[in-house]
Amino acid sequence: MLENHLNILVSSIFLENLALSLFLGMCTYLAVSKRVDTALGLGIAVIVVQGITLPVNNLIYNSLLREGALSWLGLSNLSLEFLALICFIGVIAAMVQILEMSLDRFVPKLYHALGIFLPLITVNCAILGGSLLMVERDYTFGESVTFGVGSGIGWALAIVVLAAVREKCRYSDVPKGLRGLGITFITVGLIALAFMCFSGIQL
Amino acid sequence: MKKPGEILFGPVFKENPIAAQVLGICSALAVTTSLQKTFTMCLAVIFVLAGSNAAISAIRKWIPGSIRMIIEMTIIASFVIIVDQFLKAYAYGLSKELSVFVGLIITNCIIMGRAEAFAIKNPVNPSLLDGIGNGLGYSVVLLTIGFFRELLGSGTLFGFSVLPESYVPNGMMVLAPGAFFLIGLFIWGLRTVFPDQVEDE
Repeated sequence: MLENHLNILVSSIFLENLALSLFLGMCTYLAVSKRVDTALGLGIAVIVVQGITLPVNNLIYNSLLREGALSWLGLSNLSLEFLALICFIGVIAAMVQILEMSLDRFVPKLYHALGIFLPLITVNCAILGGSLLMVERDYTFGESVTFGVGSGIGWALAIVVLAAVREKCRYSDVPKGLRGLGITFITVGLIALAFMCFSGIQL
Repeated sequence: MKKPGEILFGPVFKENPIAAQVLGICSALAVTTSLQKTFTMCLAVIFVLAGSNAAISAIRKWIPGSIRMIIEMTIIASFVIIVDQFLKAYAYGLSKELSVFVGLIITNCIIMGRAEAFAIKNPVNPSLLDGIGNGLGYSVVLLTIGFFRELLGSGTLFGFSVLPESYVPNGMMVLAPGAFFLIGLFIWGLRTVFPDQVEDE
């Protein structure tokens, strides 16, 4: 039991890192990784949102959408799985909104620190991707909590590392056409290569 | 007002959504391990982009400003569901291989970006062309990357082997880092040809 959760946690942080091996959340990953402090803020926001939306989506999927889930209504053959996409994106948007309002009310300090990043998370495909992966791998409720937090941490780790490298990169002499986006991609490639060293880990 | 030709072909090279506007990169990297997957993905994205652009611009005068994001999201999601169900019905194996990335077309920033930047303030016909044009621009980059990844990574094209037996496939090309390197080099090439896209940092 504990072993299983530990396994999911480690593999979602290092082995199947959302950003580096599954290419999720790339747009924000590249756009907001110019400075370490903003990258850290966004990383924390992703961990929180991922940790909340994944279990919620898991509950919705398993208790409403899945084939046979509505059998208590006498609809035992009904499968609403095709609605999963719309439900998930709605839950994510709603969760981000609720989180934004409650942070503003109770922890204004954190709210100001996260600033613009919270609404940006709605269109971050790492979040929707996480939910879809959760469905594909058939996680239970407990596992989805672990996977949510773990994959959030993995994404945050990746963006902080990239931001640190890019801060140093600013002082180097990069060929003209490669400046900006080009060299960033090459850097991400090298980081991904480094992360592949973890792939031997077995728990 | 731009001419229809410019709207259609401008985004293919000059204002390429991936290389110049940095949109929709997630799927560009994930589905390019084989050309067959890449090709399916390109068709799906062109369909969703053209459809959602046309639909949003058709009702643009009735969308209230404050909830336009939600409406756009719902329209896009509906088109993605059509594609997803279609693939599941007629190409089940392929849809399993593409796994979550068909669903992730919803959060592909190209689609939301075009809806916000173009469809919401232009008539139906130019919006449709703009959608197809941006879809083509996306496809050009994807197919180029997919071509090299499949050729170098497994020595095949569309599943047929083209390189001689003596070629040892470069496994890194089908893994994540290879995709990052290739797209970095692609952008370098494109910006050498179109120097006005160079960023100053």
